[in-house]
Amino acid sequence: MSAASDKAGEGMFPQEVDLERVLDERGFTPEIAEIDLDQAKTGSVGREPAPVPEPGEVEVPEKLRREIERAMAKYPEVKSASIPALWAVQREYGWCSPEGIHQAAAVLGVTPGYLQSVATFYDLFHTEPTGEHQVLVCTNISCWLRGADEMLQEMCEQAGTAPGETSEDGKLFVRGFECLGACDLAPMASIDGEYFGPLEPGEGAEAIAQLCAGEKVLPKRRLEDRGAAGGKRAGADRRTSSHPMNKTKAKPRAKKTGKA
Amino acid sequence: MPPTKTKTEKTTETRILFRNIDEPGLSKISTYKRLGGYKSLVKAYTEMTPEDLLAELEASDLRGRGGAGFSMGKKASFLPRGDMDKYLCCNADESEPGTFKDRELMQKNPHQLIEGMVIAARAAGANRCFIYIRGEYVLQADTLDRAVAEAYEAGYLGEDVCGTGEQVELVVHRGAGAYICGEETALLDSLEGKRGNPRLKPPFPAVEGLYGGPTLINNVETLSNLPHIVASGAEWFRSFGTEQSPGTKVVSVSGDVAKPGNYEIELGVPVRGIIDDLAGGASGKAKLKCFFPGGSSSPVLTVEEGMDLPYSFEAMADAGSMLGSGSIIVCDEETSVVELALRVARFYHHESCGKCTPCREGTNWTVKMLERLSHGEATPIDLETIVSVQGNITGNCLCVLGDSMAAPVSALVAKYRPEFDQAISMGGVNGHATAGNGHGGDALPDVAWPLGAGSAG
Ligand SMILES: Cc1cc2nc3c(=O)[nH]c(=O)nc-3n(C[C@H](O)[C@H](O)[C@H](O)COP(=O)(O)O)c2cc1C
Ligand code: SF4
Ligand code: FES
Repeated sequence: MSAASDKAGEGMFPQEVDLERVLDERGFTPEIAEIDLDQAKTGSVGREPAPVPEPGEVEVPEKLRREIERAMAKYPEVKSASIPALWAVQREYGWCSPEGIHQAAAVLGVTPGYLQSVATFYDLFHTEPTGEHQVLVCTNISCWLRGADEMLQEMCEQAGTAPGETSEDGKLFVRGFECLGACDLAPMASIDGEYFGPLEPGEGAEAIAQLCAGEKVLPKRRLEDRGAAGGKRAGADRRTSSHPMNKTKAKPRAKKTGKA
Repeated sequence: MPPTKTKTEKTTETRILFRNIDEPGLSKISTYKRLGGYKSLVKAYTEMTPEDLLAELEASDLRGRGGAGFSMGKKASFLPRGDMDKYLCCNADESEPGTFKDRELMQKNPHQLIEGMVIAARAAGANRCFIYIRGEYVLQADTLDRAVAEAYEAGYLGEDVCGTGEQVELVVHRGAGAYICGEETALLDSLEGKRGNPRLKPPFPAVEGLYGGPTLINNVETLSNLPHIVASGAEWFRSFGTEQSPGTKVVSVSGDVAKPGNYEIELGVPVRGIIDDLAGGASGKAKLKCFFPGGSSSPVLTVEEGMDLPYSFEAMADAGSMLGSGSIIVCDEETSVVELALRVARFYHHESCGKCTPCREGTNWTVKMLERLSHGEATPIDLETIVSVQGNITGNCLCVLGDSMAAPVSALVAKYRPEFDQAISMGGVNGHATAGNGHGGDALPDVAWPLGAGSAG
């Protein structure tokens, strides 16, 4: 700390800090981080935060603009549309790119810095380029108890990448994730937003291979097709069946006849 | 009323919210109405005043299903009366490890939730409603979007609910991956389009919440109970469960059990009944060791302590734990308690929003020390430090997230001290696998931004 304060006034960062290296370690170039290295070393950064972009001066893809404006109309205050706007940016560009954030900021009427600060808070927003397919493998308690670490490893190996990294061809991004709210499927993964589990050893690799081949992923392991754990007819109770909301008898389906 | 089942009787489900759960097409309004749906909404708007409704809800003693277990009716009564914009937020962030009940409720029976919300809106005088659903729940959010559109079409939402001239608007708002946004004030900040940091309380949301207006916040399951209470009355509702925990509860059971899943039980049935009779007992050859009774933030109970207790808010609290979100995570004898504590700590460390020091630093240090323990690099002093750090976190944080790590970690150390000592003397752990998990670590490349420390993301 003292080194930094000694140099106060000389520059924003102490000379000893190799800013280029620090940025590089985290996968950034000075351009992406919008830092002028010479300025940072010799004088004050001297850069005002970017202002709210002039709406007329920023070109925004029509679909993106429409999606953001539709979100804005839903809320009493426009800023509430920040997260929906970032989702729209991510759908448009595959990640929350500086360009996309600039455009969304112009539509929303906020500074790009503001949106950037929001984007960095949330795990599902990518503030750097990412893979075409998103594979999130839950490694929290219930999944870990049932072999999630091995599942993550299996998927990474098949994808040829490490946890939290994108494969070289840019196709796959695989990472460990916190509890996805599907511990009944343990071990499980969210693949491009859809939940799959319980995954047997080998099925992780199979899923990755299917993704790469453009095939349907693990059709037998979709959450959507699962019934309640206790079965369909469990839990009949005298007190619940007399209750008007709880008629069990479904009306028989009208039989299809030949008549139109 | 204590549970009516005797010890030898097998525990079965008692389905109210889960009734018809797998009826084909239940997520469509036509099927929902055919099975009696939306009758309660009509009754609440045409036969009952808001005061009647509030009185009924308070009399039912329905307790919040999101974690804290506060009386739903009482909370609704805290909102000021009068002509102003008032808000109802449904907490569908469901991110507490071990919890997955709201997911199934929303995916399969979205109209039950919507009906409950429109009823709650009348009781609280709210005209604008939001469902804050975690961003990972894509299928569930899409389902809700379709259901909300149907409810608008049918006149159960909009400017003129059931022709009464009352206005209720409802928006489904998707989060983007941050556990802390389940904390009610962080949820409000996030819904306002900010980073999801908790707010200082008071003022409480009932007085000053979303956009500064009075706001009622309830969990998905809490609100899904309302149509049933309105249909059959508070007294009927109280005929289920115990005196202090009326009603049923959808319990998420996971971990080392044969049939993990959601089971709706009458509150007060024995824990053993849920784990053995419903979830099929241990999944492997090993015997069961311990369980979290209410999500990963609840202190674990050993099998000896907990299996024969009634599953209710009061019994879990008396045992030094909590019912929380109603999620039972079961661990068998093969589980390394040191690794378990590390998993728990890593989660809360990763999700700490960084706003206050005891939580931000305490979770960080706890993870580091547990890692040393796990890798066999720890000394006995480290264990003492772990214990004292938990003490310094407890009660000293802005929101409950800090305590949510301290409580289970403290309980694990207190109840399984010899295992921790052994990890120190034997040079590490060899239970369940311990490979790196790709998140929360310092050296990992997916920590997003170079200059933005302290993000939850
Ligand atoms: C860190 C933290 C996370 C929480 N996450 C959730 C959640 O995901 N879902 C939920 O319903 N309540 C959650 N809660 C509890 C809420 O703050 C709040 O008490 C609850 O939504 C109120 O609804 P209820 O009274 O119907 O239970 C969380 C609390 C904390 C402190
Ligand atoms: S306790 Fe943790 S999560 Fe809660 S406000 Fe403080 S730092 Fe944020
Ligand atoms: S622990 Fe994996 S989904 Fe909950």
